[in-house]
Amino acid sequence: MDLLAHLPALQVIVPMLSAPLIVLLQPRGLAWAGATASALVSFAIAITLTLAVLDGQTLEYAMGGWPAPFGITLAVDALTALMLLIVTGASAVALLAAKPSIDQQIELERQPLFYSAWLLALSGLVGIVVAADAFNIFVFMEISSLASYILIAGGPDRRALPAVFKYLMMGTIGATFYLIGVGLIYMMTGTLNMADMEARLGDVTDINPVLVAAGFITIGLALKAAVFPLHVWVPNAYTHAPHMVTVFLAACATKVALYVLIRFDYMIFQAALDGHQIQFALFAMPLAILGILVASAVAMFEGHLKRLLASSSIAQIGYILLGASFVSIAGLSASAAHLFNHALAKGGLFLAVACLAYQYRDLRLSQLGGASTRMPWTCAAFVVCGLSLIGVPGTAGFISKWLLINAALGSGAWGWALVAIILLSSLMAVVYVWRIVEALYFLPPKEGEVAVSEAPMQLLIITGLVAVLNIYFGLFPQVPLDLANSAAVLLVEGTK
Amino acid sequence: MKLLELLGYFNYWVFAIILTVGLYAVISKSNLIKKLIGLSIFQSAVFLMYITMDKVEGGTAPIIQAGVKDQIFSNPLPQVLILTAIVVGVSTLALGLAMVVRINECYGTIEENEILDAD
Repeated sequence: MDLLAHLPALQVIVPMLSAPLIVLLQPRGLAWAGATASALVSFAIAITLTLAVLDGQTLEYAMGGWPAPFGITLAVDALTALMLLIVTGASAVALLAAKPSIDQQIELERQPLFYSAWLLALSGLVGIVVAADAFNIFVFMEISSLASYILIAGGPDRRALPAVFKYLMMGTIGATFYLIGVGLIYMMTGTLNMADMEARLGDVTDINPVLVAAGFITIGLALKAAVFPLHVWVPNAYTHAPHMVTVFLAACATKVALYVLIRFDYMIFQAALDGHQIQFALFAMPLAILGILVASAVAMFEGHLKRLLASSSIAQIGYILLGASFVSIAGLSASAAHLFNHALAKGGLFLAVACLAYQYRDLRLSQLGGASTRMPWTCAAFVVCGLSLIGVPGTAGFISKWLLINAALGSGAWGWALVAIILLSSLMAVVYVWRIVEALYFLPPKEGEVAVSEAPMQLLIITGLVAVLNIYFGLFPQVPLDLANSAAVLLVEGTK
Repeated sequence: MKLLELLGYFNYWVFAIILTVGLYAVISKSNLIKKLIGLSIFQSAVFLMYITMDKVEGGTAPIIQAGVKDQIFSNPLPQVLILTAIVVGVSTLALGLAMVVRINECYGTIEENEILDAD
């Protein structure tokens, strides 16, 4: 076997093995370099895997050479590749920019352990994405969750601790619900391999346990994915985490859970349960709509920059769920595209927040006066990513919102109402992004304050790069759209 | 007959009851340690469910012995799975307790409402 065949396994193994190794690196300053190198290697692997599956094929990898129903398999298809790009990309970009911000927030002695937890979180998230075995997903989910609890609590802000405790409670309940669901399915089918599960569920005569399993798995993953109204752990966790951790987790952590939810629902339950499409749509669509409207409204009145963006993340999860709830190829490809584009926009926004936070201690909107004259580049990047979040034409966010509106129109008689909701929430996004822009550009600076200057070059360049990418993928969206399309086709065709 | 059928699912009843007891403790208690205890009870319920489903009536440990044929084996896989889940549960509990220690250092209390008042 050549190296390419082993890449799905290496994708998980590289960050997992480098996590303990970088703790040993001396001097301690090298930990950042080691972690960044490992994250970049992961990103490179993800790109290679994406190129390999771009033509629509699925790579399968049997761990230890044991074939599918007995051994553990990893599988990489178009949707997997898209998620791998998001997760590894977010981690690599955040780590590249991270050093100044992390140096400011976390003392040097604890940094190796911090970066090690970061790589564990990365390997857990990547593991969830590539695993084709329901129980492996649980284990990787817990690896990534435990590591991200440590990351969030790692900063200097004491309010992060109660926030993490709440996240730990809700995250563990979510994961345990998922475990119950997997157990019930195993009880009925005798398999944990997802493809095998799909095949064997057809022969199951007593469908009730599978229904219960669908309920447990959906609720458990919705908790992890911060689907409204199970999102209450998000605002505090994102707000009080170290700024670079927010960049990483906001860009990909909840989306990975949503990815598992979509995958489970489309590949397993919709094939096995009669009328599950309608049940899923009736469950997901109201929650998605409520999430979009309520979270956007909360963001409109929020006074703290990071908390505002966290609320907006909950609304964006709503968009992704809304697309998935149409149970159509158009809806799913809009969802998948929005997974990518939102990661890009929100990652960029939180990077800009990290730049601001480097100079401003207090991130309440009322305290950010005069930022535009002191940090012009940061503010420019913020505005570009903000436009992408709103969905202005020419930015990445526009592409997926356009797809979503098209999918909504094609979804039936209620399409117009859904379009109205999407437009209304986009207007709300205009309001909350404008409130930030107003604070940055038009609020007079506080008197008697020491003059602050631009954020460090390293942070600034990466932030600018992500802002440029937001425009680039708005003008040339071919690659993510191809992936999103073939992912959607794969999921929907698979149910028939 | 109906009653016997219900009693036949004894382990699953216990599973559901323990699960609910744990969840209730997580929701209703404001002391963080008590919440963690609730979470542990909640998780152990799932262990019971997995252990129950692997038992085959009359089955024994899956070891092949010379001279013994047509032996019924219990399914060993759920036990392996739940061993992993127990490890995960212990790590979660350890991390949760570590968080409580840090919270106590920073806030001087482990009562949820007092922490909320402090900020």
